[in-house]
Amino acid sequence: MDRRRFLADSSATLAGGLLIPRVLLSEEMVSGLPAGAVDTGILNALPGKRELIKRSFRPPNYETPVALFREELTPNDAFYVRWHTGVPDVSVAEWRLRIGGPGVKSPREFTREELRRRFDAAEVVAVNQCSGNRRGLFSPHVPGVQWGYGGMGNARWSGVRLKDVLEDAGIAPGALEVVANGADAPLLEATPDFVKCLPMWKALDPDTLIVFEMNGEPLPAWNGFPARLVVPGWTATYWIKALTDLTVVDKPFDGFWMKTAYRVPKGMFGASGFESQDTEQNSPITAIKINSLIVSPAPGTALAAGRRAEFHGIAWDGGSGIARVEVSADGGNSWKEARLGRDLGRYSWRQWRWDFTPKAAGPLSILARAFARDGSTQSEKLAHNPAGYHHNLVQKADYDVA
Amino acid sequence: MWRNLHVAVVLALLPAMPAIAADETGIVLSPGAGLDKVQAGCAICHSLDYIQMNSWFQDRAGWEKTVTKMVKVMGAPLTPEDVAVVVGYLEEQYGKTPPAAGTTGG
Repeated sequence: MDRRRFLADSSATLAGGLLIPRVLLSEEMVSGLPAGAVDTGILNALPGKRELIKRSFRPPNYETPVALFREELTPNDAFYVRWHTGVPDVSVAEWRLRIGGPGVKSPREFTREELRRRFDAAEVVAVNQCSGNRRGLFSPHVPGVQWGYGGMGNARWSGVRLKDVLEDAGIAPGALEVVANGADAPLLEATPDFVKCLPMWKALDPDTLIVFEMNGEPLPAWNGFPARLVVPGWTATYWIKALTDLTVVDKPFDGFWMKTAYRVPKGMFGASGFESQDTEQNSPITAIKINSLIVSPAPGTALAAGRRAEFHGIAWDGGSGIARVEVSADGGNSWKEARLGRDLGRYSWRQWRWDFTPKAAGPLSILARAFARDGSTQSEKLAHNPAGYHHNLVQKADYDVA
Repeated sequence: MWRNLHVAVVLALLPAMPAIAADETGIVLSPGAGLDKVQAGCAICHSLDYIQMNSWFQDRAGWEKTVTKMVKVMGAPLTPEDVAVVVGYLEEQYGKTPPAAGTTGG
């Protein structure tokens, strides 16, 4: 019962205090969102978080303002929040991780301390990006949480390897997928519980982790305390929060959130790498597509003619790593290479910087595009799909030069 | 069983507990026929800003698809008659374009 207790809504902190929602400043606004999402996307602080852009109160879906992506690692209190149902309030004393199913030889159950003691520590810096990040920018719009650019973050994740835990239980012949469930549960019995699965190859990848910490601190409840999956390179739908159960199965898992939701048209984005979940028509969304973001100056900022402007951004992909970032100030006729920041590993985003001195007053558009080490680059034309996934259009940021 | 209990408890406590509902009660949907059914049927599981956030770009067929999914897949407790009323409200107030001023009755 304990894990079924749900955290009080964000308004708890507001009950006796200020209730005035702050609307976004113009430089915090994202152009292209549905008008209704602009109206309701207020700044609001969940307990323990700083002000983020509220998309929905319940379940809480909050995105990080782009300006906060200037930091190499996204601070925990600035990290975006995304839940399908209520946020579980889990006590570590009562929390257990259960490993079982027809695909393991000896079912196991561990406390957090047992996991830490029994298995080697492991960590990875990785981008966690919601599958629907930038859905709000789709044209024509598609229904769903209308995310702008901030349904993502980059963090250092620490815990143990999923592989070590599964191998400790013994993987039986015929093991096909690892089904992961968390303590979150829907209110109505009829609503499908949020449960996901991974193919064995991804579950056994040494970078796929069960983590207890992000950026050296315990996971916030909003981000999956006390333990969550980290599936580097794949979208965040697989990074099950408040993880409680790992079930190794020998047949394709057919829960709603795998079989029906989080799907992309077959072939539109290449092979899924998850054959047991592919159908004739569609595939599960899996690896993150190459993408980049201009972080500052914010679009709409006034720049001065004859004065050097510093453009800062980030670039990331599904794990091949960033080869280079190119920037154009002439509508894409010519491209210059930006300077890349530190390499924190192939799953981390890479900061970039480009200096440019606008010559004359007037409107200025800056384009940025990233290239991955696997040769892929961003889309110039939107690959429109019903659920609004994989928006990675080359960004155009408009400025006024005075 | 506990889930049903939960619904009853949440519904019973909503008006009395500003700590749970304060922000949400700040959400004001457009007045119009069917608003009561929307509040009763949709707000059990999610805040009503979901509706505002998803406007104004869905036509009747779009909202029908969403509401049908909420009933058939998510288990929203709406009768077929309720669905018709809710879809009508959504089309009218949160359809392709914002309702023209003065036509919403409030």
